[in-house]
Amino acid sequence: MTTLLTNARLIDPEAGTDTLGALLIEDGVIARIFDTPDGVPDKSPTLRRRDADGRCLAPGIVDLGVKIGEPGERHKESFRSAGLAAAAGGVTTIIARPDTNPAIDTPETLEFVTRRAAEACPVRIRHMAALTKGREGREMTEIGFLLDAGAIAFTDCDHVVTNTKVLSRALTYAKSLGALVMGHPQEPGLSGGAATTSGKFASLRGLPGVSPMAERIGFDRDMGMVEMTGVKYHFDQITTARALPPLERAKNNGFDVTAGTSIHHLTLNEFDVGDYRTFFKVKPPLRSEDDRLAVVEAVASGLIDIISSMHTPQDEESKRLPFEDAASGAVALETFLPAAMRLYHAGHLSLPQLFRAMALNPARRLDLPQGRLAEGAPADLVLFDPDAPFVLDRFTLNSKSKNTPFDGQRMEGKVLATWVAGVQVFGAE
Amino acid sequence: MTFRARHLLGIEHLAPEEIRTVLDLAETYVELNQRTVKHANALEGMTQINMFFEASTRTQASFELAGKRLGADVMNMAMQHSSVKKGETLIDTALTLNAMHPDLLVVRHPASGAVDLLAQKVNCAVLNAGDGRHEHPTQALLDALTIRRAKGRVQRLTVAICGDIAHSRVARSNLILLGKMENRIRLIGPPTLMPSGVADLGCEVYQDMREGLKDADVVMMLRLQKERMDGGFIPSEREYYHRYGLDAEKLAHAKEDAIVMHPGPMNRGVEIDGELADDINRSVIQDQVEMGVAVRMACMDLLARNLRAERGRQAVGVMV
Repeated sequence: MTTLLTNARLIDPEAGTDTLGALLIEDGVIARIFDTPDGVPDKSPTLRRRDADGRCLAPGIVDLGVKIGEPGERHKESFRSAGLAAAAGGVTTIIARPDTNPAIDTPETLEFVTRRAAEACPVRIRHMAALTKGREGREMTEIGFLLDAGAIAFTDCDHVVTNTKVLSRALTYAKSLGALVMGHPQEPGLSGGAATTSGKFASLRGLPGVSPMAERIGFDRDMGMVEMTGVKYHFDQITTARALPPLERAKNNGFDVTAGTSIHHLTLNEFDVGDYRTFFKVKPPLRSEDDRLAVVEAVASGLIDIISSMHTPQDEESKRLPFEDAASGAVALETFLPAAMRLYHAGHLSLPQLFRAMALNPARRLDLPQGRLAEGAPADLVLFDPDAPFVLDRFTLNSKSKNTPFDGQRMEGKVLATWVAGVQVFGAE
Repeated sequence: MTFRARHLLGIEHLAPEEIRTVLDLAETYVELNQRTVKHANALEGMTQINMFFEASTRTQASFELAGKRLGADVMNMAMQHSSVKKGETLIDTALTLNAMHPDLLVVRHPASGAVDLLAQKVNCAVLNAGDGRHEHPTQALLDALTIRRAKGRVQRLTVAICGDIAHSRVARSNLILLGKMENRIRLIGPPTLMPSGVADLGCEVYQDMREGLKDADVVMMLRLQKERMDGGFIPSEREYYHRYGLDAEKLAHAKEDAIVMHPGPMNRGVEIDGELADDINRSVIQDQVEMGVAVRMACMDLLARNLRAERGRQAVGVMV
């Protein structure tokens, strides 16, 4: 089927442009891009025209680091519910995390989730595998077999491999196979038991805090390991100003490193926790406003490459506890784009800059053809209205878990339609 | 007379005039408690449940006595031995108790914010008897009453709070209360026991005890909370006592008529010299215990009045 989307604001993160035009979808790929709003006169009898009414058309989001509850916690999120949430949020490629129960650390488990996801998930999904068995930091996983079975990257998620001998071997082995490793920059000694970032707020609330320096120290250690092994490395979340100068040095020194951050760290700060609101408990904890602004700036300059939702579903039971005891994480697949629009409306980031960090850069880092608004690229697209206002009601979310920090908040930015490989998976026809 | 609160979760939510209301009413109960017949009927017919998820002797006894003197039916639940051990969540415990229609729930819990959480789920008045490192409002109120009786006011005084600030809910509640009442507050302690960012909360921070005590009107010592420490915060108790233990020599730097306070239980020879603690000319530690009962009576009395008023409005269907 051929679809012509006319009169659309085309957000091209590669060229950095935001211009009115039209786009032709044919055989699941972007066949042509027109710089006139009307595209071409209708020639083919099968051509379907759709007027985008001046709304934004961007490459679908590639979300690096989504937690799905399969296997082990399907009551929190299934491939089906995560896929529906992703489609509704304009996420066209999910890069799933292996911090499941059990962890995705064998080719057999990887095959299981790959099969389950293919049956149930309406958007593209690729899986990461654990770097060490059981994410326990003692023995590396079968990195070769896992790569053959389709693992797109290796990570122990928020578990830091503390034994540097184990880590150096795993990274050396990964390097020899050209695998990408994703790490969590954090010094676990300092961050053990912490529920917030140390400072005035943590002190007032009497909550155990972690110094923001724990991230920097973790970063420095990981960089040492990268320098030692030469592995391709991605830092999952850089959330503090103090970690930015060493990141810049590492990039300038030519190491194959990239860095991400989460949408929550870009749009919320430590004070949002307020009276012990556990939906605001994430890992690492929300930071000071100064840190938030520094990280936003680093995304704008391109120093931080990738923004992720860090979607982490938690059921009510895991969150309705005293703050220290409550589980960490927030669902974000459906609020990712509206939250990102806060940065756009605040004048911090342009739409092409946002989609560079949310689609283009993650796809590039993972060697995927997605993330581009270019002829020949897969027709994974999101049509959205950046200005549409709404008040978020968490019970309207598609995710099985409703733990969003944005509940009851005014948001701007609505996804109108989502296409994966040219097939519409969300929105009115 | 102003006191609007439905619960007493922390000093943070109280206005200065509400604090004054509590102290004024408590004065009348101090008097009552000194009589032979100590009964009043402010809580007559009401049920008070003391839920202590953390061991406590003096606070629990103080609340129990306060409730009984005001005529409430008082039940004590030592939660560390109960259904919590069987895996029941805090919320379920709260809902279970709520179904028994208590009127006053006195709660102590080891997690900061746990009492706030519980208060959201019950229909009665909740009193925070200490939550983690967050707040211990009745302690701060009884300290304020003790100071007011000793100094004639609880305003424009220089108050030094010394010792393990990081683990202390007493310090937090006092910091907030004394700040609201316009006092000058100094925090003294080793940097490892000083919470980060406290200098931004409107107090002065000292590491040298003699410097910090200079010209203080009130010296408030805190207990070294060994049970909350999960690593070496201080090199040893003897070094701590040498640098931060209150003795006559260090106290000489404070004003001549400075009073010495301690929320108890004391570690004699760790944070305070035993003789000094017993010196009736300087130490008001026993007064604090006495004021504790009166202040808790006042708090429960005021909360019970608000609870009755609220139920009255509900009964006649007045819009609130």
